[in-house]
Amino acid sequence: MAIVESPAPAKVPGSEERSVGEYFADYLRRLRGGDLGSLPAVAGLVVLCIVFTVLRPVFFSAINFANLFTQGAQVIIIAMGLVFVLLLGEIDLSAGFTSGVCAAVLAELLTNNHWPWYLAVLVSMVTGVVIGFALGTLVAKVRIPSFVVTLAAFLAFQGVALLMLKNGANISVTDPVVSAIENKNLPMWLSWALLVLIAGGYLLVQLMQLRTRAARGLATDPLALIAIRVGAVALVGALAVYFLNIERSQNPLRVSLRGVPYVVPLILILLLAWTFVLGRTPYGRHIYAVGGSSEAARRAGINVDRIRTSVFVICSGMASIGGIVAASRANSVDPNTGGSNILLYAVGAAVIGGTSLFGGKGRVLDAVLGGAVIAVIDNGMGLMGYSSGVKYVVTGIVLLLAAGIDALSRRRAAATGMR
Amino acid sequence: MTASAAPLLELRGINKSFGPVQVLRDVDFTAHAGEVTALVGDNGAGKSTLVKCISGIYSIDSGEYFYDGEQVHVHSPRDAAHLGVEIVYQDLALCDNLDIVQNMFLGREKRSGLVLDEPTMEKMAGETLDRLSVRTVKSIRQHVASLSGGQRQTVAIAKAVLWNSRLVILDEPTAALGVAQTAQVLELVRQLADNGLAVVLISHNMNDVFAVADRIAALYLGRTAAQVKASDITHAQIVELITAGRSGDLGLAPAAAAIDLGEVNGEQ
Repeated sequence: MAIVESPAPAKVPGSEERSVGEYFADYLRRLRGGDLGSLPAVAGLVVLCIVFTVLRPVFFSAINFANLFTQGAQVIIIAMGLVFVLLLGEIDLSAGFTSGVCAAVLAELLTNNHWPWYLAVLVSMVTGVVIGFALGTLVAKVRIPSFVVTLAAFLAFQGVALLMLKNGANISVTDPVVSAIENKNLPMWLSWALLVLIAGGYLLVQLMQLRTRAARGLATDPLALIAIRVGAVALVGALAVYFLNIERSQNPLRVSLRGVPYVVPLILILLLAWTFVLGRTPYGRHIYAVGGSSEAARRAGINVDRIRTSVFVICSGMASIGGIVAASRANSVDPNTGGSNILLYAVGAAVIGGTSLFGGKGRVLDAVLGGAVIAVIDNGMGLMGYSSGVKYVVTGIVLLLAAGIDALSRRRAAATGMR
Repeated sequence: MTASAAPLLELRGINKSFGPVQVLRDVDFTAHAGEVTALVGDNGAGKSTLVKCISGIYSIDSGEYFYDGEQVHVHSPRDAAHLGVEIVYQDLALCDNLDIVQNMFLGREKRSGLVLDEPTMEKMAGETLDRLSVRTVKSIRQHVASLSGGQRQTVAIAKAVLWNSRLVILDEPTAALGVAQTAQVLELVRQLADNGLAVVLISHNMNDVFAVADRIAALYLGRTAAQVKASDITHAQIVELITAGRSGDLGLAPAAAAIDLGEVNGEQ
């Protein structure tokens, strides 16, 4: 069969091909220019893990590794929603108690009214969406600063949670499906199958992009770079699945405890879905635009108010999922679900991961990376036997450090004309 | 004056008041395809108001708006965009955290289904910049924050051209630029007209005006003092038209100019 070679399309001007070396050089230049991205979070994660493993070998055990995921899940999920609000340079201080109220709604419906789990979960999430819509409308239409609106909501929702739970009663959540999210694990073969699916899908998407771009005469990523990206995802995923599949029960003969907790694929699905929305849809593009310059966005015909409202809806909606996960982990809901340090951990997670407090810069992945750092600090210091007091102080310092790096890198970026 | 083709844009007797203050009085203005028409006038002469009337941000009180020989009614920026009228603002037109392609398509992204069609946008952006002979940007995927003032203005202008626009209005595009960058942007302005667009250039800088303009329209206290070919007028005459409304036998009748001045002085 004769293969007809179509003539190579003309190169599009301004679309420069770069080699792997040039990519690396560009990355270094961005780092020097103040755009640190996720580097502090990844470096911090590695250093913290080494330090805790040396000081407390039990940190690196299979059971503790699984604990990190289940402990960090609520914070990570709330932080994912917060990234959207932070991208506009706004803040949602009420996300923690929003998740608490949604968890209370869930418990009330499941346990006291015996609703089926899917309806209870749905109503709980709708509660989050409605709360987000109210907050967003107050910020975007009435134009009260988001700091004040959500601070008021922070206080009010704390009260709502108390009222719903009859002054501090604890409602247990025994529904097998909801409870499984944090307490049951995927079968081992399914974890490996999922990993192959994700890595394979990633490779396929990258190769398809390469083909469409090459066909239009646009610059394409070098194949080696694609191999590095997909290889990194596959390697990290394989290590995680391997460690999670190690038996971690004290008495494996009686009850076996191994596999990837269900909450991990849940986080992955949320991560992929929101990353797609932010990176590949006009809506996501408009969020970045409003965060970068709301005036330029308005002149470009973007409905700025609608974008502003919508990010609060996403944030509170994600907070409701965080609340459901928290209820699943504790197998109960009390007035402090979503309280105490949850919100500050979530804001810290997003900022440590590299999302800017000034708006316009951030990714959903930041929430996961930063959330991992927070979970490791919290877990590791617990193992070291430090009190909650010390943990709070250290986490506070880490948050301040991350915000400081954000502010300084922004200044440096302004000076060097990068961002 | 040569009777070249009919003007693309022709305004006749435009009036616009804000409450008791009449900002535009019987203003006439034309812009021809393939030509740069400079719009000059002192602060408060009504340049910005006139531009906002053209682009539909303000509605006109009375007067006629002809576009491509037909009378049209422009009530909103959308109407104007539909006619092919684009404005390039002096500042605040680009998002620093987006790259050149993203900025050029902001608010009008190409999509395939739900998803952004990046290859098409990148290709169109690259080709548009190339058509305008823009060679100063290294990569069209670099963030706008890393561009110089001249390069940003270039991107803003290219953005306006992308949409098959026929009339491009530039509001003081060189106000914040250095010498070399100003030359760069003026060259681009000339390029637009040579590509067959009608260009309206608002500027305070007479050097810029004489460097690129084919025609010059001077506003004086809300009236058209004169609209003449750039080759028929001197630098000094333009300054007189801007400051006094008349210069020799050009401009408003002596009485009208004086009365206007009196009225304004009386109001203050």
